[in-house]
Amino acid sequence: MSKTWIIARHEFTITIRRLSYILLTLSFPLLSVMGIVIYGGVYLLGGEISPDEKRNIGYVDNTGMFVDYTEMGGMVLIAYNTSGEAKSELLIGNISEFYVIPQDYMENGRVSRYTTKREIELPASTIAVIEDFLIANLLSDKVTDEYIVRVASPLNTVNFRLDSETGEVLPRESLFRVLGMPYIFAIMFMMSLLVTSGFLIQGVSEEKENRLMEILLSSVSARQLLTGKVIGLGAAGLLQIMFWFISALVLAAVASVYIAPLADLTIPAGLVVFGIIYFVLGYLLFGILLAAVGAMGATVRESSQLTTIISLPAVLPIILIGLFMSNPDHIVFTILTLFPVTSPVMVVMRLSVGTIPIWELGLSVFIMGASVLAVMWLAGRAFRTFILMYGKRPGFREVWRCLRQG
Amino acid sequence: MDILIFIILAVTIISAMVLRAFTRQRQNRRKQEDEVEVNDISSLDTSSLSTGGAIAHEHSMEFSDVISGGVENVTVEVANISKSFGGREVVHDLSFVLKAGEVFGLVGPNGAGKSTTLRMLMDIIRPDCGEIRVFGESLREETKNRIGYLPEERGLYKKMRVTDSLVYLARLKNVDTSIAKERAEELLKQVDMLAHKEKKVSELSRGMGQIIQFLVTIAHNPSLIVLDEPFGGLDPVNRMLIKDAVLDLKRSGRAIILSTHIMNEVEEMCDRILMIDKGCAVLYGDLSEIKWRYRNNSLIVSADQDFSQIEGVIKKVDHGRYSELFLGEGVDPQQVLVQLIGRGVRVDRFEISTPSLNDIFIRLVKR
Repeated sequence: MSKTWIIARHEFTITIRRLSYILLTLSFPLLSVMGIVIYGGVYLLGGEISPDEKRNIGYVDNTGMFVDYTEMGGMVLIAYNTSGEAKSELLIGNISEFYVIPQDYMENGRVSRYTTKREIELPASTIAVIEDFLIANLLSDKVTDEYIVRVASPLNTVNFRLDSETGEVLPRESLFRVLGMPYIFAIMFMMSLLVTSGFLIQGVSEEKENRLMEILLSSVSARQLLTGKVIGLGAAGLLQIMFWFISALVLAAVASVYIAPLADLTIPAGLVVFGIIYFVLGYLLFGILLAAVGAMGATVRESSQLTTIISLPAVLPIILIGLFMSNPDHIVFTILTLFPVTSPVMVVMRLSVGTIPIWELGLSVFIMGASVLAVMWLAGRAFRTFILMYGKRPGFREVWRCLRQG
Repeated sequence: MDILIFIILAVTIISAMVLRAFTRQRQNRRKQEDEVEVNDISSLDTSSLSTGGAIAHEHSMEFSDVISGGVENVTVEVANISKSFGGREVVHDLSFVLKAGEVFGLVGPNGAGKSTTLRMLMDIIRPDCGEIRVFGESLREETKNRIGYLPEERGLYKKMRVTDSLVYLARLKNVDTSIAKERAEELLKQVDMLAHKEKKVSELSRGMGQIIQFLVTIAHNPSLIVLDEPFGGLDPVNRMLIKDAVLDLKRSGRAIILSTHIMNEVEEMCDRILMIDKGCAVLYGDLSEIKWRYRNNSLIVSADQDFSQIEGVIKKVDHGRYSELFLGEGVDPQQVLVQLIGRGVRVDRFEISTPSLNDIFIRLVKR
């Protein structure tokens, strides 16, 4: 077995036994299970989840105009003569809330709502039912029932997206698929990428701090050491991502029984293939860069501070997720797809909701590959130079001279 | 699907290009190394090297039992190496050879360039110029497997178990796992630390940690052992343990380089030395020969009565409990002893005065 593989195996074994690695690997499935359990609990205990369940809402009509259409949208509207009567019913829990329609309603449309629940904003579905109830009663005897329904809901959009080249209708995408998947995948991907790279820098810094580097370098070359570490820790990162993907699929299949949007959770083949390619490239880019920076720091703490600066740009696509959701084809996202530091997370985000033009992907992979080679070359110089420098951190001039002269 | 095929093709092409570039680079480097070997081998002065095999040891000692095996005619040849950092030359034109079965002292004050020299010897850093050959060839990965190195800045994986550390670091010297495990157990037994084999390194005392460091250095049965300040921070008991182990390894035919700034360590253990100051060699050769060369030409004499007017003595300095007699050019100390006995003087102490290495160093540096 070559020395590179001995180091890789050692790093892999050490990493997957680390408590922090095990906890992080298990955290996503555990958090998902918790989320599903909580969602299931809410589903079982009631709320606005079930469309079949009837809720009682009280109202006091001081105009005498609102008497019909008292069963709407899964809710039953119960009329009371006075506010006091409605209030008593609310307090004993017979109704969930009540509305008071004043005599001057026709002048200003003002309706008072009373509830015992603490709310940050008004419940949209209940308000929609009350609006429908008011509209229906206002229009009754004036137009037909069909007309009333149409006035209450004049726009029921059925959206179609056409392929920009062929003009064919593309399959519909659920809200979860459009909003949730890119976010979840990007976060998972970025976490694994940065955590694995973090292990790499931690390993390098620890070996430097514990004065092990010189002993290691008396047996292996700096390149063998760096390559072995990168391979071993990269394998640990890939294992983590694969575990997350598989557990996501299993959990989605189990939970889709009562969380309908999860039925849409499919991981496109392109996402898997490019996920692996970009993980490897992204990990190499960040890993080698961070290892070189780790070699410069005098302690683990100092090295960690330095790497934060390098890791920050990787988060940029996630910061821009708001813009991405409204306009995923914006030029900014093409630029971020091509820019090596943001490219891995950006590509995963884009592939989770659709496709990326061939030229963009090809160019992006090429730029990433070239960047990895360049970083490998430059970081190798810095690694060799600074790994045996104890007690002080090199200044910018020193780093620049090292990169220039080797 | 088209995208997939395109990308897979692109990645394959890029990988092939990178692989080809690496292979070419490697081939070129090997070619260059071969050329260097052929061209420069004649420029090295190897006349002073021992051609004998391993020195047979009379006493069967513990460490040599554990790390036994065929010891070859180990030789290190360093020719005119220099190294600068940031425009400052820290090693200047150093040359020395190391024979099998000897302890060679690399001596000098702190900052003299000893550790840099050893790092160049271990191929951790490259010399700006000059040549280093170990076991008769330029340093390669295979050569490193036959060298044990204990650097001045040393440590171990704190969270790793003692045996695991020994085995992993021996694996990096291409020792099979099973052999490395066996050897680790045997070595731990020799230093009476077998009971600690399952402990984490962080649970050991500092002294124990340093013993483990030393075991790491020799666990792979090296033919050349390079020790940089090996006694730093050791208590007298552990110091003695390592000193005995080093001398035992010497007797078994290993070549040992001992780098230190403590001169009496060198006097106790080394056969030959290279003394350096500010990166330059100031003294090189056999230790006894050096001490003879730098002798004061005087005698230390302690006797039961006063004596004077001895032929061949040009000056007598009284130190209280003993006298120092300075001899004239070409005077044999034996003649002085004969004269003293002839006068009926009872001699308690009679020795040829030799300066300590420390005195010689100070004398040379002052000059």
